[in-house]
Amino acid sequence: MSKIIKHYLGDKDVQLILGALLRIGVLVSTGIVLLGGIIFLIKQQHEVVSFHDFRPEEAKFSSVKEIILGLKHFDGLAIIQFGVLLLIFTPIARVVFSIFSFLMERDYMYVLVGIIVLCVIITSLYLDIAH
Amino acid sequence: MTVLLFTIIVLIGAFAAGLLGSLTGLGGGVIIIPLLTLGLGVDIHYAIGASIISVIATSSGSAAAYVKEGITNIRIGMFLEIATTTSAIVGVIIASQIKADYIIVIFGLILLFSAVMMLRKKIDHSNNEKTSVLANYFKLNGSYPTPEGSKPYAVHHVLGGFAMMFVAGTLSGLLGIGSGALKVLGMDNIMKIPFKVSTTTSNFMMGVTAAASALVYLHKGQIDPAIAMPVTIGVISGATIGAKILIRTKTDKLKVIFAVVVTFLALQMIYKGLTGS
Repeated sequence: MSKIIKHYLGDKDVQLILGALLRIGVLVSTGIVLLGGIIFLIKQQHEVVSFHDFRPEEAKFSSVKEIILGLKHFDGLAIIQFGVLLLIFTPIARVVFSIFSFLMERDYMYVLVGIIVLCVIITSLYLDIAH
Repeated sequence: MTVLLFTIIVLIGAFAAGLLGSLTGLGGGVIIIPLLTLGLGVDIHYAIGASIISVIATSSGSAAAYVKEGITNIRIGMFLEIATTTSAIVGVIIASQIKADYIIVIFGLILLFSAVMMLRKKIDHSNNEKTSVLANYFKLNGSYPTPEGSKPYAVHHVLGGFAMMFVAGTLSGLLGIGSGALKVLGMDNIMKIPFKVSTTTSNFMMGVTAAASALVYLHKGQIDPAIAMPVTIGVISGATIGAKILIRTKTDKLKVIFAVVVTFLALQMIYKGLTGS
């Protein structure tokens, strides 16, 4: 009986940490997007924009490398994109965290399930689909 | 249009999308995409990129509240994520192969389907007959808290549910939406998971699924920071306020009005796709 209770408490802890992880991830990334947005608006608010045609060749900050490079120049758009990147990584961090919690529970089948999901996401990181 | 004006319009629209999305349970993407394409003439590729980001934002934001309540079944979520993440990438690949006009038409059709699903009366099919061999093997059966104590439930038709998630994931990757309507359909009707568990678990899966396709869209140059910024901020603030209103408001009437608006938007999207205008 005591074993069951222990297991349940462990599960509850994991859920609480998981919830906090997601909340902090969303808060921090929104904050960064907001900061980048303010810098971008101060500098470029009067410029004219049009997204009428899709021009991928003109896309700035479409890879992790470009985003980091832009951050060094304190570029507003690069900061926004960094926040967006953090937002994308929030649910991925959740998967990593779940893998560890299943490992602690010695539920190796779900450690494997988690690793498969993670591998699929990592694949997407390196997938280069031409238009 | 100047940067400032564009930002303000998208910010207001995204706020409304986040608010209505959380009040009606439809999610933000279905409103963000018509707003950007029909309203502001933004190319569908950029609209999809911005929408997928809003899906991650709302999913992570509300999942944080749900996991705390202990209703989400993380095993079901993880297990089905194998299907949704793989198929999301398939969806993105399909999107890069077909004409943009087709994507717009498919989006319109999914929008119509979502409107119908929103109005449909939900029937709880859940029971506790542990008959599925796969559900037992993958330890998918669970229990959730009710005022009368913990209530156990059994999961059924695992393969059927898995197949449905594959469809949901493909559409999520193809259109940049959360596919919540399809996910809940698969979990409620096929796998017979109780509402409370299926809604939160589907939301929980949405972020991970969207993350897989968002990374590909980022590399393809479809996520433009100038659009992503007002969309993210608007949707998150709208969804947060919506979640607070939801606790003390009945949304039945709102759902009917919203279904009419969504149907109208859907028809316009289909028209736009077919005429190529």
